[in-house]
Amino acid sequence: MKFGVVVFPGSNCDDDMVWAIGEVLKQPVVKLWHKESDLQGCDFIVLPGGFSYGDYLRCGAIARFSPIMNEIIRFAKKGGYVWGICNGFQILTESGLLPGALLLNTNQKYICKNVYIKPATTRTLLTQKLSPYRPLKIPIAHGEGRYYAPIDTLKELQDNDQILFQYCNPYGQVIEEANPNGSMLNIAGICNESRNVFGMMPHPERAAHKILGNTDGAKVMESLLAGI
Amino acid sequence: MESPANYEIAQELGLLPEEFDEIKKHLGRIPNLVELNIYAVMWSEHCCYKNSIAWLKKLPKDSPRLLAKAGEENAGLVDIGDNLACSFKIESHNHPSAIEPFQGAATGVGGINRDIFTMGARPIAQLNSLRFGNPHSERTKRIMKGVVKGISHYGNAFGVPTVGGEVFFDERYEQNPLVNAFSAGIVKIGKTVSAISYGVGNPVMIIGAATGKDGIHGATFASDDLSEDAEKDLPAVQVGDPFLEKLLLEATLEIIESGCVIGMQDMGAAGIICSTSEMSAKGKHGMIIHLDQVPMRQPNMKAWEILLSESQERMLVVVKKGKEHIVKQICEKWDLLCAQIGEVTDTKRLQFYYHGELVADVPAESLVLGGGAPVYYREYKEPAYYQEFKKFDINQVAEPSEEECIKIAEYLISHPNIASKAWVYEQYDSMVGTANANSVEPCDASVVHVKGTNKFLVISLDCNARYVNADPEVGTQIAVAEAARNVTVSGGEPLAITNNLNFGNPYNPEVYWQFVGAIMGMKKACEKFQTPVTGGNVSFYNQSADGTSVLPTPTIGMLGLMTGIENRISIPFKHRKDLIYLLGKPHNDIASSEYLYSYIGIKASPAPAFDLEYEYQLQQEFRRLASMRLFVSAHDVSDGGLWIALVESAIHYKFGFHIETPRHIRKDAFLFGESQSRIVVSILPENQELFEKECKVDFILLGEVTDSTGFVVDGIEYCYASKAKQLYEKALPKILEN
Repeated sequence: MKFGVVVFPGSNCDDDMVWAIGEVLKQPVVKLWHKESDLQGCDFIVLPGGFSYGDYLRCGAIARFSPIMNEIIRFAKKGGYVWGICNGFQILTESGLLPGALLLNTNQKYICKNVYIKPATTRTLLTQKLSPYRPLKIPIAHGEGRYYAPIDTLKELQDNDQILFQYCNPYGQVIEEANPNGSMLNIAGICNESRNVFGMMPHPERAAHKILGNTDGAKVMESLLAGI
Repeated sequence: MESPANYEIAQELGLLPEEFDEIKKHLGRIPNLVELNIYAVMWSEHCCYKNSIAWLKKLPKDSPRLLAKAGEENAGLVDIGDNLACSFKIESHNHPSAIEPFQGAATGVGGINRDIFTMGARPIAQLNSLRFGNPHSERTKRIMKGVVKGISHYGNAFGVPTVGGEVFFDERYEQNPLVNAFSAGIVKIGKTVSAISYGVGNPVMIIGAATGKDGIHGATFASDDLSEDAEKDLPAVQVGDPFLEKLLLEATLEIIESGCVIGMQDMGAAGIICSTSEMSAKGKHGMIIHLDQVPMRQPNMKAWEILLSESQERMLVVVKKGKEHIVKQICEKWDLLCAQIGEVTDTKRLQFYYHGELVADVPAESLVLGGGAPVYYREYKEPAYYQEFKKFDINQVAEPSEEECIKIAEYLISHPNIASKAWVYEQYDSMVGTANANSVEPCDASVVHVKGTNKFLVISLDCNARYVNADPEVGTQIAVAEAARNVTVSGGEPLAITNNLNFGNPYNPEVYWQFVGAIMGMKKACEKFQTPVTGGNVSFYNQSADGTSVLPTPTIGMLGLMTGIENRISIPFKHRKDLIYLLGKPHNDIASSEYLYSYIGIKASPAPAFDLEYEYQLQQEFRRLASMRLFVSAHDVSDGGLWIALVESAIHYKFGFHIETPRHIRKDAFLFGESQSRIVVSILPENQELFEKECKVDFILLGEVTDSTGFVVDGIEYCYASKAKQLYEKALPKILEN
């Protein structure tokens, strides 16, 4: 399983993702420079977090025009696995690979803290090995992470079982108090209808090693690997 | 040539008449206006430390671990083993933050990080030390929100975690907030780059942002009192672009890796003139610079504006001749501007041309610290308040009743100086870099993994400025001791410090007395802890037009080292029935405590009880016991006293505690006093005998951790975990969101 982590100008979780895939999952991983259009035979593409192009426009709005994104869109349409985290999720919604949008947090502030999320489906590569009953402690770090989609789209997400994760409290209850940014339906992550493109705001790579005092994120990454 | 200058213009630019005479001597003629501007900015306190260097030189600078001594490089460099070094420094951006909090703080973050990566080190941790006025005032709320947002905006996008710091409120900072930013980076030993220039014919290149009119005379602005109409100085505040800084970081490290660099310096205070003169003076060479070649953001800039501009995100690089194309290629990859603006000469003079005309011609050496820049011994005088403060006697305060103690206990938990600062730090990305070991359980110091090794940087920023005000010498010893204590109780060993000396106007002898006392205290404490001073920053003139100066605030940034994550010790109690001990000796002392200052309202009292030798022994003994794995948790006793140390240990996992207080000390002093050299630890009950046999410093068995959630003192419940947590976490948002 060869992973490719895309580096946009302003990406800043690229090294973290490479570290997590290499050190924790022990899988081969390469960086893919945004100006290139060769995916180097990768089986799984990761769009990491950060502030691509400074995020001075809407987050991810410029990165989607990078040369490599054309390739990634083609790759995804053919069924290739693509996973966007944080800024990567924003880029995926901007490029139309995932529905909806990520808006400014309701408190108008950047928020970085540990939150709890719970898989809303286990019918995806990313969540198949996770317990639907055990909440995971995973950090978020974003200013624009409030998931928004029109009602019809939300209904489709629910009907097609496309919601990956929802924010919950430490006891696994999906309630408003546990929603850190005002996301609709407490959505923390979704997948596309063909279930090969994943986007989520929380950062599992930041909770993937005992040095970080938290290995819940490693569970998500290991789930991913187990399925392939 | 440009038209000649005179005394009046010199004075307007902040130069003294005797300094103008000195400039004439250096040049052998009357300077022109461009040259005068150059001297004005280079001889400002901000650039040449003219009012402080004589005293700074007294600070200890030696340790076998030091690879670069104070003042030798842009930042201190400490050997951490594994063939790696840590480069670290703290710097203030106080004046800009008072005028334009968002950009002022943001560019402070940008500047300190450039100091680190210009040496070839990749920053891995940022911290900051913030001081504001009364949190209830509209002015403070506006400034604080702007500063925090600015740090968040810049630091988060730059992609280096903000892992710790301090926030403190006192009305003495109402007009002059303090914003001190710290950064630490890692570099392979032998791969560092110096701020130096030599080799006749080597090209001088500028990379990064274009040069605009922002921040002109920022250094001079920072070297004067903040005037009432300071808002008109807005152009003296720079504007930051963290995205560009991130690209500049990556490009800079690639350029250094390519091996084509002779020397490099970032452009911060005093822009091009500062970098060209410092690099040239250090390398004992000269430069010819064509200002027309500098990429400019706007047309019609004057020569002195280009020279003095403090536009952010720029680097000056002297490259080996013939390797220019490598720099250009790397800049192209990262979409950065890059231009050759001149070359190295052997004249030791800086010759600036603009539109084909020589607009300034000055000896590089004459501009810089250690060269021609003036050095002053300022007059100082003990202020009357110093002896007054010492007259305080604890008996002036009636011993509070049990009910009163409960009130004080809750008051302190929700006091803005003590309550949780989550409102602030949750706006910072503290976890990017996957190296912050504290994001689940806090420690007294930040603990950051050095990737690819088993090492951790352990960092703490500390200064209780009220103690320093009460007694500059003892107060500063305490600042160093507390920083070391925080590193120690987190599992680290203190190695070295950087300092940020924030004071009022140095021409005021009473302010200067505070400065001198602080230096002497720092010297003594740093010698004791064997933590040399690797550099830092002096910020005078934190004083407003009405003469109010800030509390003397010598912020200490302590760098420590820990090997192995298993040696990390965190604050929270972990299990019920664990025994709670106090290490160190309690005193019948409430001097300068938050309790006395804010609750009782007595602001005139000396620094709390402190003995440097005792503190040193305590920390040594703590490390010895820690290496035996005796401590389940540890938390130093500081602001708010023992009570707050216990509360902070308990609330993380919502435990309770039962403790007994000794009879020979007033209960308010025991619980709320801030006498130094005390640490709260919890240990497993089965280790009681071993611990008591081994421990060679004073200790008291206070009580035990309980799962009943009540905080019980001498049989009386003072508070309980969920209520304390609520008070602690909601205090700051309640003030700031209203």
